Amino acid sequence: MTGLQMWWLDAQDVLYRCFIEDNRWRYLAKGLGNTLLITFFALLLGVVLGVVVAIIRTSYDKNRSDMQPGIGRWLLGLGNALCQVYLTVIRGTPVVVQLLLGVFVILVALGNDVTIACIVFGINSGAYVAEIIRSGIMSIDNGQFEAGRSLGFNYIRTMWYIIIPQAFKNVLPALANEFIVLLKETSVVGYAGVIDLTKGGEIIRGRTFEAFVPLLAVAAVYLVMVMFFTWLVGKLERRLRSSER
Amino acid sequence: MSGNGNEILIEVKNLQKHFGSGSIHALDGVSTGIRRGEVVVVIGPSGSGKSTFLRCLNLLERPSGGSVVFAGTDITNPKVNIDLHRQKMGMVFQHFNLFPHMTILENMTLAPIKLLKKDKAGTEAKALALLDRVGLKDRAQAYPSQLSGGQKQRIAIVRALCMEPEVMLFDEPTSALDPEMVGEVLEVMKALAHEGMTMVVVTHEMGFAREVGSRVIFMDGGVIVEENTPEELFAHPKSERLQSFLAKVL
Repeated sequence: MTGLQMWWLDAQDVLYRCFIEDNRWRYLAKGLGNTLLITFFALLLGVVLGVVVAIIRTSYDKNRSDMQPGIGRWLLGLGNALCQVYLTVIRGTPVVVQLLLGVFVILVALGNDVTIACIVFGINSGAYVAEIIRSGIMSIDNGQFEAGRSLGFNYIRTMWYIIIPQAFKNVLPALANEFIVLLKETSVVGYAGVIDLTKGGEIIRGRTFEAFVPLLAVAAVYLVMVMFFTWLVGKLERRLRSSER
Repeated sequence: MSGNGNEILIEVKNLQKHFGSGSIHALDGVSTGIRRGEVVVVIGPSGSGKSTFLRCLNLLERPSGGSVVFAGTDITNPKVNIDLHRQKMGMVFQHFNLFPHMTILENMTLAPIKLLKKDKAGTEAKALALLDRVGLKDRAQAYPSQLSGGQKQRIAIVRALCMEPEVMLFDEPTSALDPEMVGEVLEVMKALAHEGMTMVVVTHEMGFAREVGSRVIFMDGGVIVEENTPEELFAHPKSERLQSFLAKVL
């Protein structure tokens, strides 16, 4: 037998043991499912949280000086203070620590580790999304805001119909970046006992004592997902930009 | 005065606007009345407070003191819902401020549909009719970035008109335009004035003030220095400040 044939037989054996024997590919499939699930719901929660926090923060900055003293101003001030605390704590602590706190302390009553992971990553991502959206809102010319108000829209509706759509378009690349980071960051959920894609690869490594092939497979799946998503966002961006020419 | 009604639509009493914790007085006690059907042109050097005055009329700038009574309501009262009153006060800006993410038609129909709860088809038909009047019907599906400055400003005017306002406020509507586009915008404003629209126009176009204005207000240093019919004001300026201003701009 030539060297090449030897190598090929070896490779076949490794691939067989890593993926086929005992249906080990299922660890990856199940893990991928969890990775996608956590990323999707975390993204959803993160965007909602982020938009709300960004609107509170910009509203406070914009209206503070004009508002009459009263319950409205007091509430906005309180909301802004809460948002500041949220941003400081979430951005100031590692996501792994947040995850472990969630699973073992704060959200322990929820029981389901995947649900807890969705919530933890959602809250974490929301802090970053908030600052991205805020920078988008601030990038919109104040004249847009005045035009909306002069037509008779109130503050919230001006934001909703006029400012947010434009801000969203401007921050789409940054949001896509945040999403990619989020997708890969979920690979630490293994710390909390959730079987995601990375953990799935780790389990195969433990069973077969093969490190190279399972981890390479895991990396390849992440890469393909990110490339697909990047392509998708590129398409969306081109569609949104169509109004600019 | 040549206004075709006597009713005072906007009454401004002792209007004050201070910036920088009170150290700068952009408006220092302005009082005047704007009658229905009148075209009031506000002129003055830059920094005279004329734009601030205009922006105080619909409270884009909240006055530090004094009051603005619009159609019988003191809109400077914090308890008044200013959004409802702004629906009846159209505003045109120096920099157009069209919504770049919407087509021309969407720009025009957004507020009537969302705020006045008008039906979509009827509003669009009305918007198209308005576009036709300013010669831009074929651009209904275009985006603002595809238009010239003069076209944008004409759209901004008809966007405000879609709300059927009782008064139109113009904040230097031709100042950001190339010279050859000024005319087309002034034509639209002239036509509007002849239809009897109440207008307050801050401008540097003395020709427009003379030809269309029913009254001209000259402001400087945050106060009204002189106000009169355009014929009188331009032919016989009384104050020295106005004389030197006119000498420079005419």
